[in-house]
Parts: sequence; structure tokens; C-alpha cells
Amino acid sequence: MSADHGHHHKETFITKYIFSEDHKMISKQYLITGLLMGIIGIAMSLLFRMQIAWPEQSFQIFEVLLGKWAPDGVMDPNVYLALVTIHGTIMVFFVLTAGLSGTFSNLLIPLQIGARDMASGFMNMVSYWLFFLSSVIMVFSLFIEAGPAAAGWTIYPPLSALPQAMPGSGLGMTLWLVSMAIFIASSLLGSLNYVVTVINLRTKGMSMTRLPLTIWAFFITAVIGVVSFPVLLSAALLLIMDRSFGTSFYLSDIFIQGEVLHNQGGSPVLFEHLFWFLGHPEVYIVLLPALGITSEVIATNSRKPIFGYRAMVGSIIAIAFLSTIVWGHHMFVSGMNPFLGSVFTFTTLLIAIPSAVKSFNYITTLWKGNLQFNPGMLFSIGLVSTFITGGLTGIILGDSTLDINVHDTYFVVAHFHLVMGISALYGLFAGVYHWFPKMYGKMMNKNLGYVHFWVTAIGAYGVFFPMHFVGMAGLPRRYYTYTNFPYFDDLADTNVLITVFAIITAAAQLVFLYNFIYSMFYGKKAEQNPWKSNTLEWTTPVEHVHGNWPGELPTVYRWAYDYSKTKENGEYVIEGQDYTPQTAPLQEGEEELTH
Amino acid sequence: MTIFLILLIVALLGVSIWQLSKIFQLSQGNADTSEIANDKDNSTQGKLMLAFTVFLYALMAYCFINYHSYFLPETASEHGKDYDILMKISVVLIMFVQVITQFLLHFFAYKYRGKKGNKALFFADSHTLELIWTGIPIITLAGLIIYGLYTWVDIMNIDEEENAIVVELYAYQFAWRARYAGADNELGKANVRFIEGVNTLGVDESDAYAMDDIITNELHLPVNKKVIFKLRSQDVLHSAYMPFFRAQMNVVPGMITEFSYTPIKTTEEMRQTDFMVEKVETINGIRKENSKKLLAKGEEALEPYEFDYYLLCNKICGASHYNMQMKIVVESEEDYNNWLAEQKTFRQVVSK
Ligand code: HEM
Ligand SMILES: [Cu+2]
Ligand SMILES: [Cu+2]
Repeated sequence: MSADHGHHHKETFITKYIFSEDHKMISKQYLITGLLMGIIGIAMSLLFRMQIAWPEQSFQIFEVLLGKWAPDGVMDPNVYLALVTIHGTIMVFFVLTAGLSGTFSNLLIPLQIGARDMASGFMNMVSYWLFFLSSVIMVFSLFIEAGPAAAGWTIYPPLSALPQAMPGSGLGMTLWLVSMAIFIASSLLGSLNYVVTVINLRTKGMSMTRLPLTIWAFFITAVIGVVSFPVLLSAALLLIMDRSFGTSFYLSDIFIQGEVLHNQGGSPVLFEHLFWFLGHPEVYIVLLPALGITSEVIATNSRKPIFGYRAMVGSIIAIAFLSTIVWGHHMFVSGMNPFLGSVFTFTTLLIAIPSAVKSFNYITTLWKGNLQFNPGMLFSIGLVSTFITGGLTGIILGDSTLDINVHDTYFVVAHFHLVMGISALYGLFAGVYHWFPKMYGKMMNKNLGYVHFWVTAIGAYGVFFPMHFVGMAGLPRRYYTYTNFPYFDDLADTNVLITVFAIITAAAQLVFLYNFIYSMFYGKKAEQNPWKSNTLEWTTPVEHVHGNWPGELPTVYRWAYDYSKTKENGEYVIEGQDYTPQTAPLQEGEEELTH
Repeated sequence: MTIFLILLIVALLGVSIWQLSKIFQLSQGNADTSEIANDKDNSTQGKLMLAFTVFLYALMAYCFINYHSYFLPETASEHGKDYDILMKISVVLIMFVQVITQFLLHFFAYKYRGKKGNKALFFADSHTLELIWTGIPIITLAGLIIYGLYTWVDIMNIDEEENAIVVELYAYQFAWRARYAGADNELGKANVRFIEGVNTLGVDESDAYAMDDIITNELHLPVNKKVIFKLRSQDVLHSAYMPFFRAQMNVVPGMITEFSYTPIKTTEEMRQTDFMVEKVETINGIRKENSKKLLAKGEEALEPYEFDYYLLCNKICGASHYNMQMKIVVESEEDYNNWLAEQKTFRQVVSK
């Protein structure tokens, strides 16, 4: 579709709501699908957390939800592993990759750069429907006879390659692989579209150095996705070959179920390399969009420019680059050459530097601001908090020596949930609260937003801070129960505490869901620019129009962060308003900040 | 019972959330339905930010004080001491940064909470500041990296010439075996393709070094002597995790991986340490309580716990991953030799 067609063919229900090529509608489709998957993912975490907290007890609810996999309410160990696996897969890929990046890249890229739509609306639509299909397959795999994939979200072979090794490695794993292959195709189509759109369709005056940080984040995220997802796809294809066509990429010298397999010469370590070549960048694919959203929300609500725009862009690029050369920190004890371990320690700790710069810049942005505590702002501050806490423990895990004893324990689970899971989830919430008026033309209830934030903030730390200590005590993750080791008996109270916090946190998400759905229908009607923001999306009408701007595309004269900018006489640039939209021409005697 | 408790918690939560939203609503004073934060909201939320710092500090303090016995169990290997020093330095450093940054973040949120008529400072850049907070992490991390790598090379450098003991750790779904090299101090060749009948580890019977090998279900180690582990898997990935020795290495089908350490405390000595005495006391207290409940239900009481080193599997490997363990006994060299002499050699096993 060309950039400047303003007039449109008639829309039917189907082209408007289902097979829509409009980026705003597609963004909502991503959001709703992502939220639905999120409900499943979080519900699963509650089930396996209950199992860990009260390993000796039976729960009727297990039998109700899991049926024959929990006879008399006692969960089967295979099912525990399946729940953990699908929880991880759903949260990382379906909620925080597609649900977060898919929603906000689609919504904001055209709106914030001043484009009528994505470069290819059709490709965009296909991308969503592939995502939808892969979600359906993943959910469907929960209902098959032998159960879904259960080899961990990292699906290391040979466990994932051999149906003899565990029930989940049969049809369940096949469906997992098919679902993920489709997911990757969807993600690639989406990412290519984002990249092309940002490069080609910026409106007049929107130079790269005037882009809002959201767009920078989405743009670089898409680039990382294009570089790393194909590697995961090839890893998955080789695994499919090993599973179904007798090849030996990952298999060698295996005796299982009383039988020697013919495979020779392959190595699971190869899979680990391929997997983590995506797997680590994936952390940033999840995180960078959340950080981009945070930059925008914090600046707007602080009524201040984001501090160190240039350094922020530089850090995003540095993180993106470094993220592709640190994957080995997941493999310090994999049997990889120890010298490589040294190299990866070095690159990994390097990545702490741009991360530190970003954190400090956020804190400085708050300094001497005039902070407006809208719910989006609370979640953004929450993100900075969990990002710091989780990032700091990365210094322990990234150090090959220290990793030896905490690798694959609950310490790791605590670390990555804070730095990636919770942070990105906060980014998602910040985005929803902030752009809900743009998406639905309604306001969300702020008081429910406050309750949602504070209960979640307390709950999330309550779950994941004590969890570090459980890991330090040496409790491995992916353990169905720890009662076979009396040494761990004294962890019982802590595990119960964690689970209670988890239940509270999950309950708080119901408040959000209620608010979301209620506001969609009965929320107060939004003004055009409720947060008094500078960026272009707030110059479009509240009611969505195809092509975004009813008239000409806006022209941009300045960066996105002229909040509280004053002229020499101390007056705001535009009298009586503490923000200067990007569409406001430079005034006489005013100098544009150069970055 | 637990179900009931959970329902109760959820119900209480519902009520308190409802109450909270009421409070927020009331605290807004005159009906303002714009859904955009006003001065009242900013003031309340800003104060809550400060209160949250208190919560966070309290939580951290609670964990460090209450869970001190989880934190790095007493070490039993030589390199474990270096490991612990490095860990302690890192944790102190991290907590220092954590305490300061969380304070600044939440304190600024409180201090600069918005008010109509307040003006924010237009402050977009400062190279000095940015230089400072790029520089400080670089210097600190450089220190940590150098120290860390120094220790890493030390731990991972496995030279065989000193007459270390060589032990094969053999992993399969879902148990471990140890194979000692025997009198010739040389492990016989092995491959899963040789597995047959009593030869459950696939030791190559035609290899001259193999016959005196000794296969056991427990791992015994003499104190103060370097052990080199050769790890071999029968089926899928496993990981040999020995937390007291600060040791872990994956077991990978198709290749032999290695790890090595020197145990410095016998099992008996470990049991006598203050750390372990306190720990075992706590655990037995808990077990007694649990036993009461079991007895009341007409089941058997739990046995009192006595500490033993153990090896756990720490790489997901199937249904019974959670119970794939092996007992480790560290003892005097004399006891070790006596024990080894009592075990059957591979020759004895296959010739039967
Ligand atoms: C209520 C919120 C959540 C709770 C209570 C929770 C809890 C847990 C726990 C305890 C585990 C470890 C289980 C084990 O290793 O035995 C786990 C695994 C995992 N979680 Fe979460 N989680 C939550 C939200 C999230 C979010 C938001 C993400 C997004 C990144 C996420 C991603 C993962 C991943 C990737 C794994 C690893 C799965 C695996 O081991 O294969 N979780 N979760
Ligand atoms: Cu990583
Ligand atoms: Cu295992």
C-alpha cells in the first residue's frame, strides 16, 4: 500500500475486524491474543507453584483441571514438567514477544513516525494470523493423549528428540516444534515489516535522531529478531530431522529403554549453541520494547526530556550487538571449552554497562521532574526497579566461576523472572494503560490501575526475592518435589510464602482484566491527547480512521522530548503549556537541541 | 484445608482490593472522573513510592537475616573457599548498588511528585554524569572479571599428572554410578554399545585397563586428595551437581566431560561444623512436627535426619529427574582404601 492513499474501499465486518490489514486493528488482535495466552501461562504457574509449596498434598483442583494426569488430585511428575515447559514457552514467546512487541510495534510504528500504515498491510495481516495459528496449535497440544512437550522451554535434545525418554517428547513435542516454526515465520514477517516501515515511511522532518525511543527500541528489536530467529528455526528443523528422519545432528551413543540407537557423531552441545544464539537475544527481544515504552512513558509523565537521548539510543544498539555474542553464558557447565567460558564471561559483563547507563538515565529523568503518577508511570518506575534488581544478579550468573554453583537452581529462575519476565510484563502494562485511550478511545479506571500496580509490585518481589535464597541453598529448578532430600526440609516455609505471594499477584491481574474489559465498553471517553504528550500518535483523531490522519501527514520539526522547555525569558515555548509537540515549528530564537 | 486457606486468602484479597480502591477514590476528594492523575493522586502515589522503599528494604533484610542458613552452605572443597570469597564480594557489591539505586529511584519519585504549577527542569544531557556512570561500572566490572577469570582458570584447569584419583560418574535415567580406575589407576574404555547383561555401564571387556575397574552405587572420596571426574551419560543430558563442593558439570551423551576438586572435609567433620549442627537441628525440628501429623493420621513417623553429602541431577532428564541422586562419602584415605577393597571389581562382576 502506498503511503499516501487517504480514501478507501468499503469495509465489511470481515475485513475490518477479522482479516484486517489496518495496523491499529492488528495491534488490538495481538494484544487480545497475548492476554488470553497470558491467562493460560499464569494459571499454569499457579498450579506448579502449588505443587512445589505443598508437595505432599493432593488438590482437587488438580484433578478438575488436569483430569487423568492428576488422579486423586496428585499431580504426575511428567505433568509438572509439562506445565513448567508450556508456561515458559507461552510467557516468553506468546505473551512477551508477540503480545508485547506485536501489539505496540504495530500500534506505534506508523503512528509515531507519521505513516498511514505499515509498509505491507497484507504481510502484517498474515503475520498476525500465523501467530494466531501457532497459538492454537500450542494450546491444542495441551489436550492430546500423551500430554504436551515437557523437556523445558529450552527443549534440549536428546530428551526432546526421543519419544522413549518421556511421554511429552512424542506428539506433544512435534506440535511444539510445528507451533514454534509457524511462530518464527510470523515473527520474521512482522519484524521485516517493522524494519522497512521505520526506514522508508517516516514523515517529513522525522529524521532518525528525532525518533521517539519507543521506535528506536522496536526497530532494533526487529533487527535482532531477523538476525536470531532464523537460527532457532534451523535448530528446530535439525531437531525435526533427528526426530523423524533418523539423522544424528544432536544424537550420539545413546542406550535407552534397553536399546542402543544407531545415532553417532552428533552433539547436544551443538543444539545448545544454536538455541542460545536465539535464546539470549530473545531476552532483549522481550525487554527492549518494554524499555522503549518506559522511556516514552517516563518522559511524558515526568514532564521532562528523557535524560541522555543519545546515550539511550547508543545503549540500545550496544545491547543489541552484545546480546548476539553472549549466548555462551548459558553453557558455562555444558562441557564447552573453559576458554570459551572466559570469553563469554567477558562479553556478558560488558553488557552490564549499557544496562547500567539506561537505569541511571531513567533515574535522572525523574530528578527535578513534575511527576504525574498515572498508572502507566507507576508500572514504568516498577520496571526500572525490577530491571535493576534482576540485572544485578546477572553479575553473579554472568561470572562463569559463580555460575558453577547456582546454574539451573531457583537462583536463575528468580533472576530471569525479575529482569525479563516481570520487567517486560510491567512494560506491557505501562503500554496498555498509556495507549489504551489511543487503542479504544476510552480511559481506563486509574484507581483500579493503582490497586493493580501496588499489589503486583509487592507480590512480584514477594515471589522472586526470597526465591534467590532458595536457589542459593542449592535447590534445582524443574524439580517436581524436593522431599527426597531431607536437607531441603527447611525450605518448606519459604516455598509456601512464595506460592502465597504468587496467588496474590495472580489475583491482582484479575483487577486489570476487569478494568480492561469494563473500560473498553464503559470507560470514560478519551480526549485527543490525555497525557499531554509530544508524539505524533496524539495528533490523530480519537475515532480511528483508515490512514490515521484525515488530512495531510503531519510534518515534524523537533525531537519528541521537548517537555518543559522554556525560552530565554523563562516562559514555556508554547505559552501556558509545558509540552511542545513534535509538529510545532521552531520558534523565533529557539534552538533545536542537537544530539 | 489448604484449599480453604487459599480461598480465604483470595476472598480477603478481594475485600482489601475493593477497600483500597475505595480509599483511593475517597482520597481524591471532589469528584474528578477524568482518569488522569491529579494533585491528590500524585501526592498519594508519591508517598506510596516512599513506603515501597521501606517494604523493599524490609523484605531484603528479612531474607538476609532469616535465610542466612540457605546462603552458601559451608564449603567442603579447596576451590570452594575462593568461590565463596568471590561470591561474598559480589553479593556485597550488588546489594550496595541495589540499596542506593532503589532508594534514589523511589525517593525521586516521592520528592518530585507532581503538583499543578510546579515546573520540571529541562535537563536533557550531561556528559560528565554519563561519563561517571559509564566509568564506575567499567572499573568495578573489570575488577570482578579479572578476579573471576583468575578463579575460573584455576578451577577448570584439570592437569592429570599429579597422582589424582580418576572417577567416572555415569548417569542414566534415573540414577548414578561411580566407576573407579582400580589398581592401574586407568579407566577402561567404555561405550553404551557394549551394554549387555551384567555389564550395565558398557565397559569394554577387551580393554586391558577395564578388568580392575570398580563400579559402585555410592561415591566415596578420600579427604585432601584431588579427584578428577570423567562424566558419561547413557541416554539424555544430566548434570552432576555437588553443591557442597561448589561443583557442577553437565553429562552429555556422546562425549566425556570433566570436572575436578579436592575435598577438604570428611562427612564426619562436616557434620560437626557449626553451620551443619544448626542446620540439622532445624531440619529435625521440622521433621518432628511433621511426624506428629503423620502419626495422627496413622502413618509412620519420619526418621531423624543425619547429614550426608549428595550428588543431584541438575539438568531436566525426565519424570524422575527430581529424585536422581547419589550419596557421597568423604573419609580418611585409610577408610577409603578399605571401602574400595571391599567392592567387586569389574572382572568379578562379569566372570560370574
Ligand atoms: C505469576 C507470575 C509467575 C510465576 C509465579 C512464575 C513462576 C515460575 C517458576 C517457579 C518457574 C520455575 C519452575 C521450575 O523450574 O521448576 C517458572 C519458570 C519459567 N517462567 Fe515463570 N512465573 C511467572 C511469570 C512468568 C513470566 C511473566 C515469564 C516471562 C518471561 C515467565 C517465564 C518463565 C520461563 C521462561 C520459565 C522457565 C521454564 C522452564 O524451566 O522450561 N514466567 N516460572
Ligand atoms: Cu543469556
Ligand atoms: Cu535429571
